[in-house]
Amino acid sequence: MNEILPTPPVHLSAVALDKSYRKGPEAVNVLRGVNLEVRKGEFLSIIGRSGSGKSTLLHLAGLLDTPDIGEIRLDGKRIDHLPAKTRDQLRNRVFGFVFQFYHLLPELNVLENVLAPLMIRYSMWEYWKKRSELQDQARELIAQVGLEHRIKHKPSQMSGGELQRAAIARSLISEPEILLADEPTGNLDVDTGKGIIELLERLNSERQLTIMMVTHDEAIARKGQRIVRLSKGQVENIRDRVAS
Amino acid sequence: MYKMLLCQRYLRTRYIALASIISVMLGVATMIVVNSVMSGFGTQMRDRIHGLLADVVIESHSYDGVSDPDLQIRIAREVADGYIEAVTPTVEVYGMLNFNFAGQWITKPVTLIGIEPEGKAKVGPLRSFLDSFNPVYENGEIARPALRPDEEIPNWKLSPEAEEYRHEKIDRQKWYESQLAALESEKTPKQTASIEPQQEVQTAALPEDPFADPFFDGQAAEQAPADPYEMMDGRVYVGAGLVSYPYRDPETGLMKTMMMARPGDDVKISTVTAGRPPSHAAFQATIVDVFKSGMTEYDSNLVFCNLEELQNVRGMLSPATGKRAITSLHIKLKDYKDAEVVVERLKSAFPPDQFVVKTWEQKQGPLLAAVEVESAILNVLLFLIIAVAGFGILAIFYMIVVEKTRDIGILKALGAGSGGIMSIFLSYGLALGVVGSGVGVLLGLTFVHYINQIEDAITFITGRKVFDETIYYFPEIPTSVQPSMVISVALGAMLIAVLASVFPARRAARMHPVESLRRE
Ligand SMILES: Nc1ncnc2c1ncn2[C@@H]1O[C@H](COP(=O)(O)OP(=O)(O)O)[C@@H](O)[C@H]1O
Ligand SMILES: [Mg+2]
Repeated sequence: MNEILPTPPVHLSAVALDKSYRKGPEAVNVLRGVNLEVRKGEFLSIIGRSGSGKSTLLHLAGLLDTPDIGEIRLDGKRIDHLPAKTRDQLRNRVFGFVFQFYHLLPELNVLENVLAPLMIRYSMWEYWKKRSELQDQARELIAQVGLEHRIKHKPSQMSGGELQRAAIARSLISEPEILLADEPTGNLDVDTGKGIIELLERLNSERQLTIMMVTHDEAIARKGQRIVRLSKGQVENIRDRVAS
Repeated sequence: MYKMLLCQRYLRTRYIALASIISVMLGVATMIVVNSVMSGFGTQMRDRIHGLLADVVIESHSYDGVSDPDLQIRIAREVADGYIEAVTPTVEVYGMLNFNFAGQWITKPVTLIGIEPEGKAKVGPLRSFLDSFNPVYENGEIARPALRPDEEIPNWKLSPEAEEYRHEKIDRQKWYESQLAALESEKTPKQTASIEPQQEVQTAALPEDPFADPFFDGQAAEQAPADPYEMMDGRVYVGAGLVSYPYRDPETGLMKTMMMARPGDDVKISTVTAGRPPSHAAFQATIVDVFKSGMTEYDSNLVFCNLEELQNVRGMLSPATGKRAITSLHIKLKDYKDAEVVVERLKSAFPPDQFVVKTWEQKQGPLLAAVEVESAILNVLLFLIIAVAGFGILAIFYMIVVEKTRDIGILKALGAGSGGIMSIFLSYGLALGVVGSGVGVLLGLTFVHYINQIEDAITFITGRKVFDETIYYFPEIPTSVQPSMVISVALGAMLIAVLASVFPARRAARMHPVESLRRE
């Protein structure tokens, strides 16, 4: 295939982001004018030392937090200043989150956890009408991440790798455009971590899913097509797009 | 959707929430039980007051009364025609009751009410208050059946038992007197203190008797009937509180009643004559019955007496016309709902400068109002119990919110809005309230339903009577469950549970998703 593909359009961009936290009397400037773009279908790795502001950047990008200065744009349109309700909906439909500590709801089993974004999206009545269809979707996703035998298990009965797979299934159920993963392998042993990354790579190539993954492990980061490093509140390119 | 699911899961896994359910439950149950018993007692009390009075009472301001009861009744019937079921004339006046108990003269201030028992029984349930018409209960069982047949109308005759008692007593007294006389003829004449309770004849014969009633002027001798067993011309129903007192049996620890005078005994009554200026009047009377209304105010104050004798003694008899005078009319209405109308109409015929026309409720206004205030205060206090439960919910919910901080962050990351998070905790609170008050209502109603059995059980276990029928004159604890009360208690408890969850819920809703997620 030597066809030259046109460069995909910019999907999500951060423009001149500033974010600081008050720590007692002095303010900690975590991000100072961060500019970053991620294109449709791109798998971007963000590396940086612990405390360099990677999570902060990801939270801003996913509308979990608001920047002090700067903008977040989705398909070129600014989204960070939208009303809370709209941002809630964007989080529910456009973004998928995967966290280092999985963050599954302990009271719910795997199936219910995976269905949670849909339960949030639909009213009780709508959900009730569609429930068998939605449950089938969830089951299929759970099978895709290899957890079909754990469907009724509670998080407390599962291993780290399984939990992260469940979390990934949950992030995919709402068919998001962009997956934001914050150290998805940070809490896993190397082999399990590798499995998770392979899963992400597969999703990236099969579904054209845009992925922003934060990690502090360079080996893991190299699985991405592009790597940026966050340091001193700024972003620097480490490796540009690799032809895959 | 997630709200209900999480709410349900949190309920099922947070056993601490059970504590707040239980406190709501107990609060609701207590309120229902106390209110039912209060309202049971209240209803009984109203019935008793109402029963002793009449629907509507017309009273003259003057103790002298007004002449011609038949005329007055005719007037009353004319103005309130169609509303009135029965009317009875009465004379009300203050007086003093004297009787001898264990060698001691007991004097009590009383309100004397001259009645015709047949007529009085028509305007109110007189017989249900008279001791001899009703069985006596002990430990919820009939200890003594009614002494008179059901069909007997209240009258001034003694019951067979009282008759027998009177005969025995008089026989004993005669024997005692003969013994005393024999003794005195042997020894030097000497005054002996008698422990025999009844000694009217003796009293009259010996004016210097130290136990003699100072108001009593020797008329007794004239009034004393020829037939020694014959009753006095005066006949009375005396309030139980006037002639008895409760005491604790030292052996069993139970409350008992000591009768100081009983049906068949004679008493002396002093009052004033009609006319200017009133002068002293006294007469002897035989106790025909004892009445217990359960209202201390009445039972230790009222003496019902035969109207005719009271009128005779008080001189309420016009020599010119031969017409008698009365001080009030007791009226029973066909329907008590019409009371206001009837009172208005009667007021036009019985001018306010001479008469007071009132319904029984108006007459007893202050007492009824006091009871209402009392029950309102009790309710406020009891509601504080539920409020305490509310604070329990508040504290427990704060704990749960703190514990669930991370979950709240997750839900927000997944797109849940503040409103959704808030409603998880609000519906959690509502669920606690609904379950708590639901179970509380069931518990309370069950308790009320079995309250007498429960009382029996407690009595059996502790060996001490919780509810003593001799004090309250009830065979069992009266209760009355008002559906509106149950509903408002339950709704109030639910409201408190929801209100208590508002603050924790708002705190949860305002939580910043990132801060919550950073916790690990
Ligand atoms: N809520 C907060 N208050 C104060 N400081 C914070 C807060 N959140 C993050 N920080 C600080 O911001 C910096 C960046 O944090 P983070 O984005 O989590 O870094 P990383 O994910 O790269 O380890 C750290 O120094 C952290 O201590
Ligand atoms: Mg981090």
